[in-house]
Amino acid sequence: MKRRLEVSELIFKIISYLLLTIFALSCLYPFVYAISAAVSGRYFVEYNKVVLFAKEVQFDAFRQMFSSNLFWNAYSNTLFLTFYGTLWSLGISILGAYALSKKRLLFRKTFNFFLVFTMWFSAGLVPQYLNYINTKKVFNSVGIMDDKWLVVIAMGMAAMNIILLRNAFEGVPSEIEEAAIVDGATEFQVLNRVYIPMSKSTIATVALFFGISRWNGYFWARQMISDSNEHPLQVFVRLKLEEYTDAELMAGWNKSYASDSVIYALIVCSIIPILVIYPFIQKYFAKGVNMGGVKE
Amino acid sequence: MKSNAADYLIYDEATGLYHEDPEQAVRDDVEKHYWLGVLRAVIKDWRLYLMLVPMLLVFLFWRYFPMYELLGCFKIYDVVKPVSEQFYSGFSAFKTLIVGSESVRFWRALRNTFLLSFYGLCFGFPMPIIIALFFNEIRSNIARSVYQVLTYLPKFMSTVVMTSLVTLLVKQGSLTSGMGVVSQLLVSLGWISEETGQAGLLNNPSFFRAIYQISGIWEGAGYDSIVYFAAIIAISPTSYEAAQIDGAGKMAQMRYVVLPSILSTIVIMLITRIGSLLSIGYEKVLLLYNPNTYTTADVVSTLSYRLGIEGGWKGVASAAEMMNNVVGMLLVIGANTIARKASNVSLY
Repeated sequence: MKRRLEVSELIFKIISYLLLTIFALSCLYPFVYAISAAVSGRYFVEYNKVVLFAKEVQFDAFRQMFSSNLFWNAYSNTLFLTFYGTLWSLGISILGAYALSKKRLLFRKTFNFFLVFTMWFSAGLVPQYLNYINTKKVFNSVGIMDDKWLVVIAMGMAAMNIILLRNAFEGVPSEIEEAAIVDGATEFQVLNRVYIPMSKSTIATVALFFGISRWNGYFWARQMISDSNEHPLQVFVRLKLEEYTDAELMAGWNKSYASDSVIYALIVCSIIPILVIYPFIQKYFAKGVNMGGVKE
Repeated sequence: MKSNAADYLIYDEATGLYHEDPEQAVRDDVEKHYWLGVLRAVIKDWRLYLMLVPMLLVFLFWRYFPMYELLGCFKIYDVVKPVSEQFYSGFSAFKTLIVGSESVRFWRALRNTFLLSFYGLCFGFPMPIIIALFFNEIRSNIARSVYQVLTYLPKFMSTVVMTSLVTLLVKQGSLTSGMGVVSQLLVSLGWISEETGQAGLLNNPSFFRAIYQISGIWEGAGYDSIVYFAAIIAISPTSYEAAQIDGAGKMAQMRYVVLPSILSTIVIMLITRIGSLLSIGYEKVLLLYNPNTYTTADVVSTLSYRLGIEGGWKGVASAAEMMNNVVGMLLVIGANTIARKASNVSLY
């Protein structure tokens, strides 16, 4: 009896390690392959001689990309959208969530429903598109000609993130707030000096959610930003992919490296910032998912 | 400690009642002189209400105005006029979709939308649970962190990066270059024929659903396992010991200890999945499909994208979204109601 038990546990353990290793490696493989393919010689990439490690190493694909102004434009546009976008979304969410967390707020349930309803029902792509076109006209009429600001202001609000923040603020003991008010603090001071410092980890999580979604944003940036100099990195990557996988356009390709290497190089450049900060932020994400569990 | 009760009570002359906290006074005021009371409360607490304003405006402008725009499905769309002044056309846009010229494409899109979600439910949904069970077997913290870091990683890549990688890994072969490296692998394993690989898997309608699901699992399974893993590590070790003393093997432990403990989590996640059966993200499909694969890849939102934004047929496009989203919302509410009845867990 005792022995059987150990055998079944051992078998399960071996299977777990084996399958997890396979899955983990298959998660990693495309990135390793992308790096190798970006720096391998033309023949090796075109005829799939690169399997894991780079062969006949060249950096011309990276060099070509770095010498292109459009690439640096795209990079700085993405930084712009990520920075201001996160700031805008986070600021508005914190203010709104703080107000919603107060029991004394009148029509609190109505306001909550106003948010949650957007999680149930979304108008869909085309109505949203038409609405953005209208917004664009309004923006242009008041003198904001830069479409990037439209993307910053109109995009990326998420009811879920506001609810996460609201739950965190509700967890702050009300005695501290009362003490601050007795000391003569205004509402903004209470938020700034008590609530924000006391919910730092939730705010960090939500900021990361916003930041990643801004960095990765593609569809609406492509639809709304008409000037190709203003395109963010994701749009740039996609346009290059569409151009470089077009067989007719690529028939006359005469560089020393494969056309695919350029795409791989672009992909590597667009994920490096995330890869660099990823180990530090990973634990926050894990936490955020668990916080987003079941609550009213 | 309450030393003197009178310090904490407020005497209201008008009603002759004691109020325990000042907020109750505000609420009573609102109840008595409705709008006047509200006005007084808002003026008194104007900073708090001011904080709410930006959020409400953003949601109003970019979440609720599109819903108004959606009413264009009942109108004949005219680019020059706003929705409110457009001619009312009743259900002609819906007729076009259901029985008219677009009916074949619409029903195909609806079917694809449902099938993509349904296969996701069948194959994508159990994967995170299995991975969480595997994580639980790894006792070394360092090894587990390494596995977690690696398997969560794809979640942080953008849809564009993910679809670009997929496109390149299964791309078609040409005169000057071979097929994608994953196609090559499948050919050498004998799973697909040389010609299929050479033609490009993304150009073949019978592979689209598989590619969509596998890339979905690759992207999300590791990250989605967090929730289940958190539920599993919360199980007390004594439960396992008790089961072992009763002679339970590994499978019996899974069945009688682990499964009941994570069942509520599974139910909640399942409800969310069922609720979103009709809300397939358009971005990934738009980036992966092409005219060759419309038969299996075209979903309602991508169809309405082509009709409305590329084709300028906005009323019909809105009607397609309207049907899809209304049914989707009913599914969410239905799933949530069932959950509340069945297990006292509800999402909203």
